[in-house]
Order: sequence, then structure tokens, then C-alpha cells
Amino acid sequence: MELNAKIPSGPLSEKWDTHRFQSKLVNPANRRKYKVIVVGTGLAGASASATLGELGYKVETFCISDSPRRAHSIAAQGGINAAKNYQNDGDSVERLFYDTIKGGDFRAREANVYRLAQVSGNIIDQCVAQGVPFAREYGGNLANRSFGGAQVSRTFYARGQTGQQLLLGAYSALSRQIKNGNVTMRPRKEMMELVVIDGRARGIITRDIITGEIQSHCADAVLLCTGGYGNAYFLSTNAMASNVTAAWRACKKGAGFANPSFVQIHPTCIPVHGTFQSKLTLMSESLRNDGRVWVPKDKDDQRPPSQIPEEDRDYYLENKYPSFGNLVPRDVASRNAKEQCDQGKGVGSTKLAVYLDFADAIKRDGEETIFRKYGNLFQMYEKIVDTDPMKDPMMIYPAVHYTMGGLWVDYNLMTTIPGLFALGECNFSDHGANRLGASALMQGLADGYFVISTSVGSYFGSETMAPADTTHEEFKTSEQNVADRISRLMRNSGDGPSGKVTVDEIHKELGRLLWDNCGMARNKEGLEHALSRLPDLKKEFWDNVYIPGTGSDLNQSLERAGRVADFLEFAEFMIRDALDRKESCGCHLREESQTEENEALRDDENYSYVSVWEYTGADNEPNLHKEPLVFENVTPSQRSYK
Amino acid sequence: MNTIDLTLKIWRQKDNDSLGNFETYTLRDITTDMSFLEMLDVLNENLTKEGKEPVAFDHDCREGICGMCGAVVDGVAHGPDKEVTLCQLHMRTFNTGDTLVIEPFRSRAFPIRKDLVVDRSAFDRVIQAGGYVSINTGGTIDGNAIPISSETAELSMDAAACIGCGACVASCPNGAAMLFTSAKISQLALLPQGQPERKKRAQAMVQQMDAEGFGHCTNEKECEMVCPKGISIRNIARLNREYMKGILMGE
Repeated sequence: MELNAKIPSGPLSEKWDTHRFQSKLVNPANRRKYKVIVVGTGLAGASASATLGELGYKVETFCISDSPRRAHSIAAQGGINAAKNYQNDGDSVERLFYDTIKGGDFRAREANVYRLAQVSGNIIDQCVAQGVPFAREYGGNLANRSFGGAQVSRTFYARGQTGQQLLLGAYSALSRQIKNGNVTMRPRKEMMELVVIDGRARGIITRDIITGEIQSHCADAVLLCTGGYGNAYFLSTNAMASNVTAAWRACKKGAGFANPSFVQIHPTCIPVHGTFQSKLTLMSESLRNDGRVWVPKDKDDQRPPSQIPEEDRDYYLENKYPSFGNLVPRDVASRNAKEQCDQGKGVGSTKLAVYLDFADAIKRDGEETIFRKYGNLFQMYEKIVDTDPMKDPMMIYPAVHYTMGGLWVDYNLMTTIPGLFALGECNFSDHGANRLGASALMQGLADGYFVISTSVGSYFGSETMAPADTTHEEFKTSEQNVADRISRLMRNSGDGPSGKVTVDEIHKELGRLLWDNCGMARNKEGLEHALSRLPDLKKEFWDNVYIPGTGSDLNQSLERAGRVADFLEFAEFMIRDALDRKESCGCHLREESQTEENEALRDDENYSYVSVWEYTGADNEPNLHKEPLVFENVTPSQRSYK
Repeated sequence: MNTIDLTLKIWRQKDNDSLGNFETYTLRDITTDMSFLEMLDVLNENLTKEGKEPVAFDHDCREGICGMCGAVVDGVAHGPDKEVTLCQLHMRTFNTGDTLVIEPFRSRAFPIRKDLVVDRSAFDRVIQAGGYVSINTGGTIDGNAIPISSETAELSMDAAACIGCGACVASCPNGAAMLFTSAKISQLALLPQGQPERKKRAQAMVQQMDAEGFGHCTNEKECEMVCPKGISIRNIARLNREYMKGILMGE
């Protein structure tokens, strides 16, 4: 596997311009001769489909939901960063670049991150022009809010529904291209396989979710915009259908997978409250601006929080990090909550939660002020948990939220398979080992609106491809493989459910294994244990999983089974990657790599690289390739929040 | 931990061409902290273990924003709680011994695919008819070059909050999609960016709405009552004005 990042030469700030000038173009009249398949309709997929459709390419777009508007980008609450410097507070492209690369703990590529910062302003202009109702100041200008990891105010927002509004903007642009006939939209189709012909991505095999029909689709390039793999942990803040299947299928066909162990665990989520729980709900990080985090000093303290006096409370973040206190970054807050609960000091029925207390803030600012700031979040919390945070402290616990790892891509967002591109959360490119708040929306739209058109044009303009269609042998073989896999999944179901396991039972077990051993804090022993458990779990799944119904109609158990089967395989990549990286970095603490004060210790000398894993067959260990990270414009520094 | 026992009468239908019927199920020890969809998860896990086919229902984000979930519970779209989607409805709303009747969102324009799953692609086609500002990527002016008062932005956002779940259609005695369509038309009609295509947009979207088989509005206000995002029927009044203006002033 050759890793050529194809970073343009020249000074950092000129690379993108140079690259655009040097990239080949496709004449407008010729564009309609090229067909592009886009999988996924989140911010990246919808914006890419719309933009390529506008340029005149023939686009065919797929999503698993009933409508492209349902993609999980819609759930993003906080906002989108852009280096507009509207607040005159010293922001610049340079600063957004620096904050992002530092926030990523110096594990991202300089050139990609710089380009992201450069196009960030265009994204805002584009979305405003589409009619996205961003929040405004009284004078009519766009409003900004502050967000973690930055000292400037550069986050644009639409109430707590920024992701929804940006996605609906991209969806409306996509809808216009569907109407114009440039994009063919295929909802309720799940990508089951990537088709590679003569070493190039030439199409996909899909399963129709309603009819079970397996179909081939041929194209000149394939764009995967299929999001992250947080649901490997079973419980996460991701939507129920979010999965790794498309990316994993591509990986099995030769695409390298980068940094699979880089997973962000968000500190402020509503805790798990029972085995029936299906997902975790995120509460905005902004709550830590006024809430104080604590646990009882005595782990056997059974009193309700209001009856625990000050001297019996441990405000562990304030005590441990006097200068940042409750506002330490996401990874530090998450890790410390876990540490407290591991010591048995957790609260609530499951003992897997810590308090986030607003009593002091209410005393200081008054009920009205606090309610005005957080009222909608408090109501959301009350709906789920049935207690009022204005009276009793909230209970919070970290949850899997975002995956920085993804398909390895070069500067063009092309994977190691020519003609296969990965955009948005699906690729690894911009967030290093930790993503800053309000940067996911920025990256999805940067990739889709502003980067991919150059890449696709350049790919078509510089390569001559043999014509292909769905009668090609590869399509037939791939269709057969998909059909075989479905019958294999259904194989155990003939003689009834007795003695069998359900898809969810295995998924929960996998999730628990990953959460315990490949979560916020990892060590060699735990990871090796997890790795050794995987084959049994996989065997248990394939030998004993019971899937009701048939493969030839709407069967949600079968859909889930296919995704869990892929998570079971992919988990090995996550664990092996975590084992290889013997440093603490970004979102994760490798227990063997700590400072004397038990803080994360990065090891730039040995681990300043992107890990890229190559699939080598079901019975073989994957190969690790390394893309060294070169920092010419910033100097990696150790983070400190004491 | 409080638990309740329930009887469920759920609509089962193989596909749009088959006849459907209610099936009765009993569930014991349902924790009141569960969401409604988690309660259905428990039912489905039970059915799976009994070798029966689980109830198909659409769902995704489970935090009330994707618009994928929805069913009619005891005659009310998204159930008895106010301004929530089905996934945000919690079982503490119900009492032990309750019988719940669960049906899909029914409308001529929403064919049933299976059990509680319906096809809402008619909504997508209404948006495709004109629910956008016709601009391409690139070449846009600076975001602050278009000043918009914060009141206008807020009003536009009120309308833009629609999640396209279809509860409005399912609740309307006429099966009208007026609340949905008017929300998009309002969002854009209120903003300067929406002005150039204003007249054409209302005409095109209303035409598509009719073509899809949605009914007309007779001010029943049922849609507003069940809307999980609190979209106001004032938007329908605005749609009507936009539509009339389009006809009178012509395009």
C-alpha cells in the first residue's frame, strides 16, 4: 500500500491555490459524460451531490433513510466555526488552523487543516445565501458564540439546531439538482459492497431496504460520505442506523483505514440508566460554563445530593486543575469522570454518573439568568430523566460521540483506491486525535462544497478509463457475494430462535468490550484481552445469531445484523491500532504513557504518524503502514490545563 | 425503579398491497424511564425470541430532530405528550394496565411500506418543486452583506424548525400537508434571500402538494396541536397570502 499524501509544494498559505491551478479540469460539455456515485446524504454527501450536479456531472446519490434529510448531521447542536473575524477579536485563517491542529493534539496533516480554515468563511456565505436562518445581532449582522478550545468567538449557530439548518440547506440544494435531473436520488438503499475494476472504484452494490432487491450501480468515481463508526460501542450519541459498513467494505477492497482507535468521548451526556437503553443523549458542553462537577467524598454516601454538605463533596476537576477547573477540555473531563466512577464514587442507580451542579450559579446569577441560558437543555434533561436541574444537580457521564479515525485520504480526499473518495466524518483527515467543538459541520461542508469538485475534475481530467457497465464480471461476482452473505446471515434462522442469540445481544457485548478496553483510557493488558475475545464473539454471532423474517422484504433485524457483522470485524482494527499507539494523545489516555501527575503524555518522537491499516484477509493480521506527520509551520507543544 | 404492565394493539401490515390488522401484545415490567421506542425495542426483542417477526418502525436519531420516527398512539400523532416526537415520549406518561393503540401515520399520500413504516417521499417532491433558493455553490457574497433583523431571523427559524415527520398530515382530517409546506415557504418568504423566487415558489410547491394527493386546509388546527416542533398555523396563513399574491401579481 503506497501512501502518497500528494500535498502541494510551496508555502502553506499558497498550497490550495497552487493545487487548484495545477489540477486538471473537465470541459463543461464533457462533464455530463462522467457519472459519480455519492453514498450518504449528510452534510458532506448532500453538499457534494448538489455541487457536482450543478457543475454538470451525472450524479447518483444513495441513502439508507426514507429521505436524504434524515442523515445524522441533523443532530449537531452547537454550531459551525469559521475564521470570519466578524467580532474583531483577532481571529484569522492562521488562528483557526492553529487551534484545530493543536486541538487535534498534533496528529493531523498541516496542509489539509489549513485548507479547511481557508474555506471556512465561504461555507458561511454559501449557507447564508441558501437561506439558512443563522442567529443575528440586533443590527442584522451574524451572531457568534464561543466554543471550547478557542479564545475567539467564531462559532455561527442557528439556536441549538445548527446541524439541522445546515443539513436542510444542503438538502435544499440537492433537491434543486434532483428536480433539474442532474442528481438521481435513491433513498432506502444500503451500500453492501464496493466494486473495483482494474484497480479503480467503479461502482457499488446496494440492497433495497424495502424489497430486499440487490442491485448494481456503475460509475466513474465513488464518494463515500457515510459518517463515523461510533456505534461499534453499541451505546453512543450517534443515530441508530449510523454504521461502518460502507467504509469497512471499501477497506476490505483495498482502502487503507487511518487511526481507527481515535474516538472522541463527550463528557456531558445523560448517563446510562438501564440495560434496555438504546442510545445516549448529548447535553451541550456549554453547561460546564456554569455547572460544578462533583462526587461524594465517601463512596458509600447514600444521601441525596442536596443533603451532602460542602465538606463531604469532592469537586475533583476544580481541585485537580485549579486554573481551568470545570472547563478543562473534553478528553480531560471525560477521563476524570470515569476515574471517579472506577473508584466507586459514581452516583445514581448505576453508579456510573457524576453530578453537574448549578446551585452556586443560581445563587450567584439568580434562577432567571441561569434558566435563560440553559432552559432548553434543562427541559430536555427533565423529559428524559424526570428531575429538574434547577432543583437537583444533573447527572452526567461521558459517551462515545465522534470518530476522528476514518478512511485514509490524500490531499484530494482520495483513498488508496483510485476513484474512491471519502468525505466528512468518513475520512480521517482534519481532526487529528481530537476534534474541537463546531468543527465537524465545518469539515463536512468544506469537503462537499469546496474541495471535492476540484478533486473529481482532476481525477477525470488526468486519467483515461476503460468504459464499464454493470454486466462486468466484477459486478456479477460482487452481487453474488452480497446475496451469499445475506443467506449466510439468515442460515441459523430456519429452526427457530431456541438456544440462539439476538443481534442486539451480540452488539451489546461487543460494545461493552470496546468501552471497557478501548475507550477513554487503555492499557496493553486490556487491549490484548479484548483482542483475544473477538474471535469467540464473532463465532458466536455467525453460529448462533437468530434473525426473524426473510431477506426479501423490509427486515430491520437483518439490516442491523449486517452492520454488527461489520463492526465485529472492524473492532479488530480499532484494538490493534490502540495497541500499536503506546502514547497518550488527543482523546485517549494510554495508561503506560502518563506524566508524574497522571496526565496524558504524548510521544512525538515515536508516534508522530498516521497509522494506516491494510486489510489482508479474514485470517490474517492487518498490515500497518505509517504516514509520517511533518510540521513545518507549527511546533507541537504539550497541552497543560493545570 | 417504577415499572408498568401494558397491553399493546399494534397495526401489522405486510406491505402496501396487503390488508392490515391489529395484533394484541402484552408487555410486563416496562421501566417508566424508557422512551416509547425503547419499549417497542423490548417488544421486538421478545417477539424475536418467540420466533415471531418484530414490528417494523422507522426511527434514527432518537433525540427528536431527524423526523424519521412517528406513529399514532391512542389516536394522537407522536402520542399524548406535547411538542415531542415519538422517540422523546417516555413511558412515565402511561399507567400500569393501560391499553395503547399504535398505528402508522395514515394518509393517501403516505403509502404504508410495512407495519408502522410509511413512505413520506411526497414531502421530498414538494421541496424539490421549489423549497430552495436557486443558487449554485460559490460566488456568494459575504454573509454580513445581507443584514437581517434578529426578529426576522427568529421568525424564519421558527418555521425552519420543521423536521418533516408527517404528523401534521396524519392528524389532518383532509390529509393536508399545509403545515409542512407552509413552514418551508415561510422560512424563505421571510428572508431577503427568498425574495426573487417568492411568487414562483408558492405556486410550484402548492401544485406539487396537490399532485401528491394531499388534501386542502379547512382550519381544523389539528396539525398545530400535534407538531413536535410547535410550528404555528400562522405559517399557513402566510402560505395562502404568498399563493394569492403569486396568482394576482402573476409569474
